[in-house]
Amino acid sequence: MSEAALDVRAVWKYFGDFPALRAVNLNVARGECLAMLGRNGAGKTTLLKILAGLSDISQGTVSVFGSQGNTTDARRKTGVLGHGIGIYDELTARENLELFGKIYQLDRPAHAAMAWLERVDLKHVADARAREFSRGMRQRLAVARAFIHEPLLLLLDEPFTALDDRSIALLQRLLAERLAAGATVVMSTHQLREAMELATHWALLVRGKLVHKGERSPEIISDPTWVYRNYGEDS
Amino acid sequence: MGHVFTIAWKDLRSELRTKESINAAAAFSMVILVLFSFVLDISGDARDFGGGLLWLVFAFAGALVLNRSFAREQSNDCLDALVASPLPGWALFLGKAIANFALLGIVELVALPVFGILFNANWLRFPAWTLLTCALATWGMTVIGTMFSALTVNLRLRELMLPVLVYPMLIPVLMAAMQLTTALLVGEGITAEDWIWVKLLIGFDIIFTSLSLALIDFILVS
Repeated sequence: MSEAALDVRAVWKYFGDFPALRAVNLNVARGECLAMLGRNGAGKTTLLKILAGLSDISQGTVSVFGSQGNTTDARRKTGVLGHGIGIYDELTARENLELFGKIYQLDRPAHAAMAWLERVDLKHVADARAREFSRGMRQRLAVARAFIHEPLLLLLDEPFTALDDRSIALLQRLLAERLAAGATVVMSTHQLREAMELATHWALLVRGKLVHKGERSPEIISDPTWVYRNYGEDS
Repeated sequence: MGHVFTIAWKDLRSELRTKESINAAAAFSMVILVLFSFVLDISGDARDFGGGLLWLVFAFAGALVLNRSFAREQSNDCLDALVASPLPGWALFLGKAIANFALLGIVELVALPVFGILFNANWLRFPAWTLLTCALATWGMTVIGTMFSALTVNLRLRELMLPVLVYPMLIPVLMAAMQLTTALLVGEGITAEDWIWVKLLIGFDIIFTSLSLALIDFILVS
């Protein structure tokens, strides 16, 4: 249990000749909640995709729970919520969650699906197709999809974007529960206030380089421009 | 194997609810068969060209089904959710291939009786051989189509690229299927000379299924 949840060493990622990530070193301890900050195009999504096993690296090494690369065991312990919600529009809410419950080999996927639909307040529309849902409902269903297997590592790409107040509160509560259970969270975000309520640490990416990683400081919450003034391109 | 059937069930259920590709494929095959029944002289022995016509129809209609296979995963980035899960790449591929095989089978089941009526062809003379030929050739088309559907899923001109890449690869399968189907329609049955085509279909299916299963992880992670 001593090894880090994530260990990224000297990772480079090229898209053609363009280096999207440049020699990124990042160590995330178990139980840590890391808010990954950076302007658009800084490389946050690219790094999260690499951590989730959705993209390969050009150079360097990535370890998840001590295993090099993205093993099946690591993927079983990881929950991913990216820009896309990962929900099938033609399936019902219940079928969507049952599908992922089966993929994550839960003992009782149907039971888990209903339990999570209740938790995200979608039980009353369990048998409605996802395409009929509002944006907020789809986002809540996506959260349930990412959390259904109670992951030990959560990789969230701008999870608070486009959420209403109720959904933000729900996501914060679910994240707090996972953190209390010892899970590790890495989230990219532009919404510092929401993210910093949970984050224990923050990191800043500037043009593909990790320029800072440290513990949460009160200045970030009180002044959203503080990060960029002190560590970013504006510093 | 549980994962394979989970994916196949998901794809079949999605498709049978929307019917977005199966309706198009079935309608397309009907139109082609009806048009050819006007163009070709069916007062002569239509059985001679029946095998060729039938498999061209299946190949073109099949492309409509196969095009949607991985494209279906693009909306809402569902493919990312699957790739990030513990679902093995081979299970994802095999599940999709089984679903595509079933969908192509439905299209063939709809087209065959229409072909029989329009071209006065008895395709039920050797039912076991007809079934075997259809199954082997359809699996060959399915494997190649599903593989290239995964390869082209992120291309802007996906609908154009898939047929361009798939049809040349399908030449051996289509040749074998056309030869065998023609032999069955003519009424000779499968003779010793035709066995080479049966072996070709079996070999093709084994080689390309193995190759696809080996390469799919590499294809899915960009």
